[in-house]
Amino acid sequence: MSKKTFRQAINEALHAEMQRDPRVVVIGEDVAGGAGGTGVDDAYGGVMGVTRGLVGAFGRERVIDTPITESAIMGMAAGAAVTGLRPVAELMFVDFIGVCFDQIYNQAAKFRYMFGGKAKTPLVIRAMFGAGFSAGAQHSQCLYSFFTHVPGLKVVIPSTPYDAKGLLIEAIRDDDPVIFLEHTKLYDIEGQVPDEAYTVPFGEASVLREGGDVTIVALARMVHVALEAADRLAASGIHATVIDPRTTSPIDEDTILESVTETGRLVVVDEANPRCSLASEIAAFAADKAFFALKAPIRRVTAPHTPVPFAPVLEAAYIPNAGQVEAAVRQLLDINADRKR
Amino acid sequence: MQMSRETLRTAYRQMRTIRAFEDAVNRAFSSGEIPGFVHLYSGQEACAVGVCMHLDDHDYIGSTHRGHGHCIAKGCDIDGMMMEIFGKAGGLCGGKGGSMHIADIERGMLGANAIVGGSPPLAVGAALTAKTLGTDRVAVAFTGDGGSNQGTMFEAMNMAVVLKLPVIFVVENNGYAEGTGVDYAIGSRDIASRAAGFGMPAEHIDGLDFFAVYAAMAEALARARGGSGPSFIESRCVRHHGHYCGDPQGYRSKEELQAARANGDPLLHFRARVGASALLEATELDTIDAEVEQQIAAAVVRAREAADPSPSALLTDVYLSY
Repeated sequence: MSKKTFRQAINEALHAEMQRDPRVVVIGEDVAGGAGGTGVDDAYGGVMGVTRGLVGAFGRERVIDTPITESAIMGMAAGAAVTGLRPVAELMFVDFIGVCFDQIYNQAAKFRYMFGGKAKTPLVIRAMFGAGFSAGAQHSQCLYSFFTHVPGLKVVIPSTPYDAKGLLIEAIRDDDPVIFLEHTKLYDIEGQVPDEAYTVPFGEASVLREGGDVTIVALARMVHVALEAADRLAASGIHATVIDPRTTSPIDEDTILESVTETGRLVVVDEANPRCSLASEIAAFAADKAFFALKAPIRRVTAPHTPVPFAPVLEAAYIPNAGQVEAAVRQLLDINADRKR
Repeated sequence: MQMSRETLRTAYRQMRTIRAFEDAVNRAFSSGEIPGFVHLYSGQEACAVGVCMHLDDHDYIGSTHRGHGHCIAKGCDIDGMMMEIFGKAGGLCGGKGGSMHIADIERGMLGANAIVGGSPPLAVGAALTAKTLGTDRVAVAFTGDGGSNQGTMFEAMNMAVVLKLPVIFVVENNGYAEGTGVDYAIGSRDIASRAAGFGMPAEHIDGLDFFAVYAAMAEALARARGGSGPSFIESRCVRHHGHYCGDPQGYRSKEELQAARANGDPLLHFRARVGASALLEATELDTIDAEVEQQIAAAVVRAREAADPSPSALLTDVYLSY
């Protein structure tokens, strides 16, 4: 166990699984970099350096640099998965899903069901996502609800280095297609990560903090925003439970519902646009299944329903922050206070 | 190319099986026994059989929405296919796939595919598996002229050339993508020349001529198995039926349709060829016709009488999070 970054944790997971299983291959654009160039090999190691060192350890036969050709990457990975490899295909930015989604949601996601259970598609698709770098409208989105909506896909969204490593190893060993999403602003955060391989199961939420006044459910980078808000609230005697579902398909309804039943208040924090979002989904099942425990309306703290803006001042206004979460919680408590008066 | 009498008999039997299968499906669909919609392969039999006769169970093919012929040529069970098309529990996919999603992974049949241009990248992936695991397996990507216009096709071809994968792209150019003719929809009017531009051997052949398909595939297969990478075959053939079963085909003249059936029949071509060269007797072929006819008729009866899937099957073979 030692302190590692989110980036290192993912790299370790890939390294460990490639070492363990020769069927695991990494496919994507510049996952090594330098093919056909005049400079050095492994020049990028992934555009964020996440896959650096893999080509040196496993060679270009298993760390496959592709042209910029996302449909062929995803289709090839799906075809390889159904015939015996365990590919980890990189989409780079999740925003690029638009040029290759068919190969994922119509093909890979459906093989097992459509073929009557006779096909396995052990495929992992890694992609980074999220705002915070002024990367603009086509490199900053949170699109996990797209994937979560599709039966046959599993969707993983880690928020800590420990979870990132354990969930990625679990994803690679899973026999269904798994979408593994990495928030760009989390790559440099640090946390304790065991050196050896381990798994974190899907569908088990992580309870990061416990408090009896309100339940805050948050995803990815928003987990850290929620924890910051919880700290601020604690200073004035308001105690929050903070839950990170970690996977949105499967999603751990039970842990969320149990907490809501105890606190009677729910705030969902989601960096995605609000319509048909995970925030809406979580609010919906809580309203459906924990309605009589609720002491106040459910609040969703999300980005506005706009594309992600470029200018830093606009982007900062776009991303949900701890102040908004804190305000939402205080508002819920005020509603109860008003009622009592 | 020298071919044994046994090989010729097998080729003819397979082509006849496809034709009889499609005729039976056509009848059953027209009488309302088959749900959904179906796309018939009649007229293209020489393509599937000429290609797949070179393959083993452990080689792979990816198919199209017009995939019954590919399934049969790759060795899928006839009863299992018919039951699948009828939506029965005993179907190859338990009734969950239907005509457009028949698959048999153990036979290397990676699925008919209802997305036009959907399967070439998947076949490239199967070829990647073969190369990575060091087997001598190959993959064939069947597509039509319609699919050949999709970006997936271009991306798959480039990827296969870049990674030098053992894959063979077979485009069956039957003259129409749904109701739009190739002379309108293929800008260059020559699909094979496009493929050549990606940097692989590409040729067009007479897809009505089993022997031409068989010979072209032999060369492509030798390259693929020998580690020389992908090849491309444009097989020019004729679609006897409409895009879908029941298509009134207003986009084709009566004269063209009549000519398609009369002059564009690979089975008649085959019979004429083997008859002229005295390779097989007409009576041998007639016997095959009768046997196949019986086999298909029995498959229809079995499919008709087979059990529906249990309603509980709705919720199996997929992870359910709700």
